[in-house]
Amino acid sequence: MLAASTTDFTAQCYGLYQSPPLGSLVKTGDEPIELYGIVGHATTGSLEPGRRPIARGQDEASEEEVYRTSPQLSKLLKSEFSVLVVGHREGDKLYYYLPPRPARIHGFVYRCRPEEVREFSQSLDFLNMLINTNLPTSVDELIAAALRQTGQAHEDPRAFLVAAGKELAVLLSGQFNQLKAILERLK
Amino acid sequence: MTERLGIVISGSLDSGVEVRLDGAVSVEDMAVGRYVTIEGQKQRFFGMITDVSLGVTDPRLILTPPDVADPFIAEVFSGTSTYGTLHISPYLTIGGKADSLLEGPQTVKTVPSHFSAVNLATDPDIELVFGQEDQERFWIGNPMDMETKLCLDLEEFVTRSNGIFGKSGTGKTFLTRILLIGMLQKSKAVNLVFDMHSEYGWAGSSEGGQRKVKALKQLFPSQVAVFTLDEENSRRRGVSTDFVVRIGYDEIEPEDIGLLRQTLNLTEPAIEAGYQLRRKFGKNWLQQASEWSDSEEIGEQLKEMNIHESTFQNLRRGLNTIRRLPFTEPHAPTNAVQHVLEHLDRGTNVVLEFGRYRDITAYVLVANMLARRIYAQYQERMEKAMGEEAARPTPLVITIEEAHRFLNPSVASQTIFGTIAREMRKYNVTLLVIDQRPSGIDEEVMSQMGTKITCLLDNERDIDSVLAGVSSKSGLKAVLARLAPKQQALIFGHAVPMPVPFEPREYGSAQSYKDFITTNRAQRREQAEKDIEDLWER
Repeated sequence: MLAASTTDFTAQCYGLYQSPPLGSLVKTGDEPIELYGIVGHATTGSLEPGRRPIARGQDEASEEEVYRTSPQLSKLLKSEFSVLVVGHREGDKLYYYLPPRPARIHGFVYRCRPEEVREFSQSLDFLNMLINTNLPTSVDELIAAALRQTGQAHEDPRAFLVAAGKELAVLLSGQFNQLKAILERLK
Repeated sequence: MTERLGIVISGSLDSGVEVRLDGAVSVEDMAVGRYVTIEGQKQRFFGMITDVSLGVTDPRLILTPPDVADPFIAEVFSGTSTYGTLHISPYLTIGGKADSLLEGPQTVKTVPSHFSAVNLATDPDIELVFGQEDQERFWIGNPMDMETKLCLDLEEFVTRSNGIFGKSGTGKTFLTRILLIGMLQKSKAVNLVFDMHSEYGWAGSSEGGQRKVKALKQLFPSQVAVFTLDEENSRRRGVSTDFVVRIGYDEIEPEDIGLLRQTLNLTEPAIEAGYQLRRKFGKNWLQQASEWSDSEEIGEQLKEMNIHESTFQNLRRGLNTIRRLPFTEPHAPTNAVQHVLEHLDRGTNVVLEFGRYRDITAYVLVANMLARRIYAQYQERMEKAMGEEAARPTPLVITIEEAHRFLNPSVASQTIFGTIAREMRKYNVTLLVIDQRPSGIDEEVMSQMGTKITCLLDNERDIDSVLAGVSSKSGLKAVLARLAPKQQALIFGHAVPMPVPFEPREYGSAQSYKDFITTNRAQRREQAEKDIEDLWER
């Protein structure tokens, strides 16, 4: 965990290119409050802000070769991802709104296991929070990715997607075009 | 099993309530005429679906329709952005309080609150509203798409004049037969049926004429007497008749001719001349007038009575038409009216078959003549009963077919049937009117009818006249226009708490006859046992 605010937090992966997939559910924090978030954006770049990577590997056969011949690369680059907070757990109960306090710096971020994803997606209230976010990634893409990811954890992904689609249709009843764009991405 | 359909979203008492369907319910499963219950906060409402429509949340959806070929998209949109709505006419409320439960269903006086849940009515709901088959209630059919028996309180039914309407071939006759059986079993009333097409007495034919069905006399031989105008025809059909009706010229009165003005093409003065002739010649006026041959004498006599020659000829032509009717003769050997009355007094139902004389002149003449005399008798007896507390005459139901001939606006004020329809309820006589052209019936008469049963009608004017004066008329109109062309009918009015589209019970199979007869026997036995008990108690 590198930065945290009430609505989101940013974390760095231990390994290069190991950020969780877009839209996947992650959690952080210890008892009593656990925060749940959806991965909304990921970047990979130089460790030092002023130092840009240069083009390499003109003579190498594959991309893997580039990293093999320049092992320092994995230490000079970092992968980060930012997460949108969509709910929290206090005790046994799940709440689909923002937690009272943001996450702590240097907290650990875990990917949720499929059963946790299932439990969290019992309610589709988190969709409303996603719709109202402001991120570099387009909201449509984010929602579609989140639903695709969450759907995989369900026994009947189609039924879940239909239920989610219906929820979206209600939430976006005035924005037909946006709704259509999201549904197109769910197929 | 209750099946939730949706929630109330808007509405008014006058125009009915709008219900938004739940996403899981398909619009295509809905049908006008079905019953629903609405769970209001304080009471339950009972209503009928009268319209089904489609709605969208966003008008842009209509302009650029989503790709519904994709089942996923289609499923997401159904019930959310696109939804079905029902239009429901509430008719009754069933109160939640104990005392209102005892009172039973009440006429609706308000609408359910916002977002009340709407369910399909279950069989027990229907039973609660329409009651079960018992001493007074007769099973006439099943509400559409339901198993429950629709029962009609016939004791209540016969206290008013009633009508059965429908295009020809929609099942009026079968329905009438079922009702006649019902009245015969469950009400104290006796029936006098003017059976124009010989379908109620001994046997009738099913649509297309391929199958014979038993009629009243075969099913209830001891309670029904078949009278006939055409003995030969009855014999040929193998019908055992109880009495052959003959009509003497001396029994026909000018009032009887008055009703035939249209069919005989008589002028107003010609009718007037009839009264004058009657005054002059007494009972034998008809014979005298039509047999008069001496032209000079005629001229003189007419001048004396101030009747124009052409008027007299007009009347005479009409009278000759009557004389040509094969069942008329100068002097009838027996008094048909007296016979009919005797049977009715004994509680025997009388079916008068017309045989081959389906000609409207014969029908109107005979029906009107008999009814007029029976009316007079009933009126007299009833008045006597009121004065001296003598026994009131048995309630009588007169069944007439082609009723618009008797009850059209130009003659309804003169014919006896018009009078019966309007006021004879007080004298224990009511009508059962069967007609295919209700718009031809006088408005005043239509408005006095208690219960109306109508099969499919498609003429706008007919529909309007049948539904005249009914609340939520537009809703019922939609239901009526969508009845199946056969064996579906809509009943509304005095004897039912709310309009019901229904499928009449089966008639014509061996099992159906058995059902009719067994209920009858069982009840008679019950009645007998009760009588015996009463006897011991005294």
